[in-house]
Amino acid sequence: MDFISPPYLSRNANVQGIMARVLFALLPGVAVYACLIGPAILLQIAIASATALAAEAAMLKLRGKPLRPCLTDGSALVTAFLIALTFPPIVPWWLTVFGTLVAIVIAKHLYGGLGQNPFNPAMVAFAACIVSFPALMSQWPSLTLETRFIDQILAVLGVSRELDALTSATPLDVLKTALRLAPGTPIAETLSDAKIHGAVGSRVWEYVAAAYLLGGLWLLRCKVIRWHAPTGFLAGFVALSAACWLFDPGRFASPLFHVFSGGVVLGAFFIVTDPVTGCASEKGNLIFGFAAGILAYTIRVFGSYPDGVAFSVLILNLCAPLVDLMTRPRVFGMKKK
Amino acid sequence: MITRAELREIFANGVWKQNSSLVQTLGLCPLLAVTTTLINGAMLSLATLLVTGLSGFTVSCLRKFIPYEIRMPIFIMIAATLVTIVDQCMASWLSEIHNLLGIFIPLIITNCIVFARIEAFAAKNGPIQSFFDGVSMGTGMLWTLVVLGGMRELLGNGTLFSGIESIVPSLSGLRVFSDGYPGITLFVLPPGAFILLACMIATKNAFLARRKAAEASR
Repeated sequence: MDFISPPYLSRNANVQGIMARVLFALLPGVAVYACLIGPAILLQIAIASATALAAEAAMLKLRGKPLRPCLTDGSALVTAFLIALTFPPIVPWWLTVFGTLVAIVIAKHLYGGLGQNPFNPAMVAFAACIVSFPALMSQWPSLTLETRFIDQILAVLGVSRELDALTSATPLDVLKTALRLAPGTPIAETLSDAKIHGAVGSRVWEYVAAAYLLGGLWLLRCKVIRWHAPTGFLAGFVALSAACWLFDPGRFASPLFHVFSGGVVLGAFFIVTDPVTGCASEKGNLIFGFAAGILAYTIRVFGSYPDGVAFSVLILNLCAPLVDLMTRPRVFGMKKK
Repeated sequence: MITRAELREIFANGVWKQNSSLVQTLGLCPLLAVTTTLINGAMLSLATLLVTGLSGFTVSCLRKFIPYEIRMPIFIMIAATLVTIVDQCMASWLSEIHNLLGIFIPLIITNCIVFARIEAFAAKNGPIQSFFDGVSMGTGMLWTLVVLGGMRELLGNGTLFSGIESIVPSLSGLRVFSDGYPGITLFVLPPGAFILLACMIATKNAFLARRKAAEASR
């Protein structure tokens, strides 16, 4: 059946309930992140959430809208969580504040608020920040060095001047450098380095990805999200990464490694599934996800930015109305044109 | 005879009421490309101001001899000649700025504001008014691009008036924020220009709406 017009069975769903479930589903990922990578993420979430709520309140007031229903619907908090989780955890606090302001003020409210924004606010924030502060936005904490919590906090507060001691290249950076600098050398040695490769994906980051996967599957099970966009996204991503890998396993990492590195799982279940900026129809969401997956791999491996999820999602956000137009379902009782 | 009120009206039109960037939103391509610094924006506007003023004057002088049917090619030739003159003058006297602005000086010919004023004003009015109209339009563009370029330079690099030494050698640019200021590269790139231009247009509209409301309540 492919019609999306009423009548529907009513499901007692509201924005607040959906956003609360999305936040709950992010919690395993946050917990694993905080335990394995650094508790600084909790500080970042707090900074982003406080900024998001304050910016939301200020914008609602400026626009003459009632504060309570929009502040308590949780959408600003979801944006804040996604911003904190996609930014490196040890960026200075003002960068998180800047990103959150861009997301809430420019990407959300200037377009008309929740439901009117054509672009995913958290991804706009990521794009704006990585374009504006490329150096700071690539400072990921080193996983091999023992870093104390207090050092991370000092880095976030902007007090610590020795950031280099805390950071190192991410596994994806290492792969990209290997691909760039020495086109002939196989990456097998790079990958076999235990500092980079874990059980299936990037060392340590694979557990965070697995925790996101757990939360995403739970969201699927309670029908907050549909399977189409995540499946399309993962299928597109795996299709291209598998093609590259089969073409030259010496130069490209395996699809499994790529899926469990960077922001792919988070993107598949929490970002391309955004009901506002995605497509309306099921087929549309499959196409949306598939194209975003292909672009994400392309930008990650061949582009100059560390990961491709944010830019691919933004480009597909632009295309979503067109995809919706092309996948308009047959009107009941009418012949397909 | 030209009255003072008439000139004042033309001036107000160019600088505020029909501002080329804020109201007509014409010539956005050079606006996005060159307002990375205050000086660049100002110099491009001054070059455009010269072209709009002189082309208005020339076309207005010749308007009785230009056949209506082929007016566009003739307008283009007149404006292109003036653009070439301005381009060559800048290349010889202000070569550093000329190198910085590059292709955008010759591209003044494609700026819609030049032809909009020729077609809408100079072809129907006397030479003095037309010259004044072109200069007013250029002035409107000048202050907009100076404000926009200033904001972009300040937010993007933390400086103001950088590049002024290539015009007045005894002066140098200001560093407004301390050296620790990281610079928001977004504002150096075209999206930043769009965002700031939108803020300026919104401010103007809010100001007008407030004045209208005040007049209505009076």
